[in-house]
Amino acid sequence: MFLFLGLFGNKLSHRMAGILGTCGMGVTLALAYTVAFTYFFSGNPEFVSATGDRLQSVIFNIDWLHFYDKLTIGIGFLLDPISALLLVVITTISFMVHLYSNGYMRDHHGVWETGFQRFYAFLSLFSFSMLGLVVATNIFQMYIFWELVGASSYLLIGFYYTKPSAVSASKKAFIVTRFADLGFLIGILILSFYTGTFDFGELNSAAMGAVADHSYTAPIFSSMQGTIFMGGSVMTWALVLIFMGGMGKSAMMPLHIWLPDAMEGPTPVSALIHAATMVVAGVYLVARLFPLYLLEVTSLEIVTWVGAITALYAAMVACTQVDIKRVLAFSTISQIAFMMVSLGVARPEIHEGLGYMASMFHLFTHAMFKALLFLCAGALIHAIGSNDYTAMHGLRKYMPVTHITFLIGCLAIAGIIPFAGFFSKDEILAATLGNSTLVYVWMSGVAGLTAFYMFRLYYLIFWWKEHKIPQGHHAPHDQPWTMTVPLVILAAISCVAGMVPFGEFVTWNGEPYHIHLDWTVAGISLAVAVAAILLARVMYRKENPLPQKMKSAFPRLWTWCFHRFYWDELYYFITHKIIFNGICRPIAWFDRHIIDGTMDMLANITQKSSYAIRGLQSGNLQMYVWIYLIGVLLLGAVTAIVVIAL
Amino acid sequence: MEITLIYYLIPSLIMFCAGVYGFVTRKNMIAMLISLELMLNAVDINFVLFNRYLYPEQQEGMFFTLFAIAIAAAETALAIAIIINVFRAVKNINAADLTEMKH
Repeated sequence: MFLFLGLFGNKLSHRMAGILGTCGMGVTLALAYTVAFTYFFSGNPEFVSATGDRLQSVIFNIDWLHFYDKLTIGIGFLLDPISALLLVVITTISFMVHLYSNGYMRDHHGVWETGFQRFYAFLSLFSFSMLGLVVATNIFQMYIFWELVGASSYLLIGFYYTKPSAVSASKKAFIVTRFADLGFLIGILILSFYTGTFDFGELNSAAMGAVADHSYTAPIFSSMQGTIFMGGSVMTWALVLIFMGGMGKSAMMPLHIWLPDAMEGPTPVSALIHAATMVVAGVYLVARLFPLYLLEVTSLEIVTWVGAITALYAAMVACTQVDIKRVLAFSTISQIAFMMVSLGVARPEIHEGLGYMASMFHLFTHAMFKALLFLCAGALIHAIGSNDYTAMHGLRKYMPVTHITFLIGCLAIAGIIPFAGFFSKDEILAATLGNSTLVYVWMSGVAGLTAFYMFRLYYLIFWWKEHKIPQGHHAPHDQPWTMTVPLVILAAISCVAGMVPFGEFVTWNGEPYHIHLDWTVAGISLAVAVAAILLARVMYRKENPLPQKMKSAFPRLWTWCFHRFYWDELYYFITHKIIFNGICRPIAWFDRHIIDGTMDMLANITQKSSYAIRGLQSGNLQMYVWIYLIGVLLLGAVTAIVVIAL
Repeated sequence: MEITLIYYLIPSLIMFCAGVYGFVTRKNMIAMLISLELMLNAVDINFVLFNRYLYPEQQEGMFFTLFAIAIAAAETALAIAIIINVFRAVKNINAADLTEMKH
């Protein structure tokens, strides 16, 4: 148990640079692997019950803030299947990114970028907060680390703080997620107000029991479920508000707008934070409170449809973007939406809650192949010096390692058979089919689109036409070993991760579940993916006028997709035109003219009157004596008159 | 003819009024200081007179006068010192012109 403390102690001093940072992360990686291995395979009765169920195990939990008996906030270390899974994912990706950044954050002559140490400090801070988030024992601790990852994401997006676009992107990311976190906080407050606890263990075991005996209610939830507020029970509202926090972090519609802009950060950061770890925090949050969501099916329906709409939207937009990182960003949004849908359709009575397992499985595989794709994109950008694929055609000869690894990543995300994405996506589709055919057809379509846009990107980067080397540049080439090694490792993981018998490890209630491939579902999804890839191949393999024709065939659709359905403009309109003009202007006017005005008026009166009378206090002693004398004489005269008159 | 209290009081009053007049009208700081001394001395005379004529068996008025003379001497010394220093600084001891420290 003592070893787990090292997980934190290591991260606390985040003033480590370069190699030191990487080594620190390596140690954390080793520790996390040990923890996960111990948890899954040791068979320790603390972790696995006699019947083979995996238990939630609290390593330590101390009362951190003790307000009074009913309001105590703890801080601790919770180990259960999903947190062990996330520990592995986060430390693996984080280590790869730390290693990769050693190469990426230098130019071609090996000169370190300015702020290199700051970069590592932020990376370590991020890894620390993310690990704290996944092992949180209560919602409040999770919220604290939730904000911390938001803050470190803000710092890392704005790493190139001399670039105005990076600065505004970081602000946008922070403000949008903060806004979502407002919902999260209100949700937490409602939930804890009614149940009287922040603790995941208590909440989940109560909800589990309620699901197990089919009563769908438990003493601590009954008052919440009984109270109706605006057409839904308070519990639904609380869960939807908590989900709103997850929507913000995981970039679900309509709070997705920050993620594409967040690509202004350095590419390794995009790989770590905005593809593999932080953005899945929303999924993790819903998964963490999943038994509670089961009690309120309405909230799960909301999760499903938000996910489904986001998935389609992001996939359509990804088909038209020119910036490779933006394509990957929208693809990330779409894939996270897959996980959300999968959670949303999971029910204990359908395939024993297959969706939950599928979602976590996809989280795992997606983290691996999406980090791989981002790191490949980073290598391409580093070699070419531009994010725009129009500068990149025909690179397959020049960068063979990047080419192969990128291809593996694309195959994995498209869901081609031996690669990771196939298995997890297939489980998700099977889970949706069990719940509703509409969602199944919808998500299969999105899966096809995914294959299409990824291979569009692949062909445009590596084929399309011969690469023209700009005058005065040397030919692009593969990157140094610090950058290629992580690519190869992640590609290897993407090849084999799908074979992991995932159902044995992670299920919603801890009981092992044996995955069996549903070959109809698998066949259909495979056929869709292959068809999409072939289409992409026809369109983009060689330079030809077909894409242009497609574009002019659906001009309106293309323009809307290209402009991301004008969501940014809509937000701009709402914030600038409506909120700024309609609300802030009058408030500012009131502040300036009424509140400040009153104070200014008082000050002005005092000032004016003092100017008026200040001539009297001239400091001229003789003048004083004159006035005094006149006064005395007047008084004397008055007294005399009074005396005489009497 | 017996010399009564009033014969002393009238010169004292004239002295006092001359002091007040001088203090108000003079511009020169030394002249103002002399006027001030004039007023003080007029008051001293009054003290002695009232003591002598009204309460001859007591001594308070005399002692007050002695105190006042001593303090006036000290005060004059101080004032002269200030005036000399002012003169050194601005080469002028005209009270109306010494406005440098204002504002």
